[in-house]
Amino acid sequence: MFESLFSSYDTDNLFDEFRRLENEMVQLFGHSPWPAGIRALERGTFPPLNVGATPERVDVYLFAANLEPKSLDLSIQQNLLTVSGTRNVEVNEKAQYYRRERFDGEFRRVITLPDDVDPERVEAKYRDGVLQITIQRHESARPRQITVN
Amino acid sequence: MTATQNVARRGSTAVEKESGESSTAVESRTRQRDVVLIPAVDIFEDAHQITVQAEMPGVSKEGLNVQADRNSLLIEGDVALDLPTGMSALYADFRSTKYRRSFTLSGELETAQIAASLKDGLLTVRIPKRVEFRTRKIKVEVP
Repeated sequence: MFESLFSSYDTDNLFDEFRRLENEMVQLFGHSPWPAGIRALERGTFPPLNVGATPERVDVYLFAANLEPKSLDLSIQQNLLTVSGTRNVEVNEKAQYYRRERFDGEFRRVITLPDDVDPERVEAKYRDGVLQITIQRHESARPRQITVN
Repeated sequence: MTATQNVARRGSTAVEKESGESSTAVESRTRQRDVVLIPAVDIFEDAHQITVQAEMPGVSKEGLNVQADRNSLLIEGDVALDLPTGMSALYADFRSTKYRRSFTLSGELETAQIAASLKDGLLTVRIPKRVEFRTRKIKVEVP
């Protein structure tokens, strides 16, 4: 834990950069008890999501493979982000099914973001089956350096 | 850390080290060992093949590993995300960055001919049946 607090990374070194990424992955995917949100749903809810934050922005990652980006409906009201859409799983009528675990149909998730996000500055992209929504925080809410005279 | 924990940890590190990994990789692997994501799958069979479709969002072609031998099929993948520097988690459904799931295969499958494709985090693996095991329609001759 304290290793990351005290060591600085040399970004010129590719391997250090990988190590930094790895550490941040561990941070995001967590090894500490997370507080459960009031809108948190039971396990197995589609799509699963992770939320990460920096002083500048908040990133929401929704893990949903094979989506049609056009079918997605994203909306943000104050600090409440709603993502809804439909995923249709193609069914092979001629085949015999042994397992059908993949989610099929309409989904909707509501995510409570920190209070200081700016709903005017939101970006979303879909890559490798992950929908990443980036919301910037208000400038005034960011930590500022204060110099002592 | 108590003495027993220390020994246990050293023991497991030694095992991992044999595979030639760096100490940082070993450490994070040791911490993450028990947490593996199990991808949701659809499995179906038609006259010619068995198809496995596995959900692995966040996995690119580089992070994917599909292995098959005579008896088993192993699907593995590492999640790679675009993360800003210094991020900390506020909420997490996913507690791991590794997917893993394996299946046993039966003898009538042509494991040498397995084809896999990955699109938008959906992995499709097609395992053809040996020619002699494919379902044939039998025509009934009416004299």
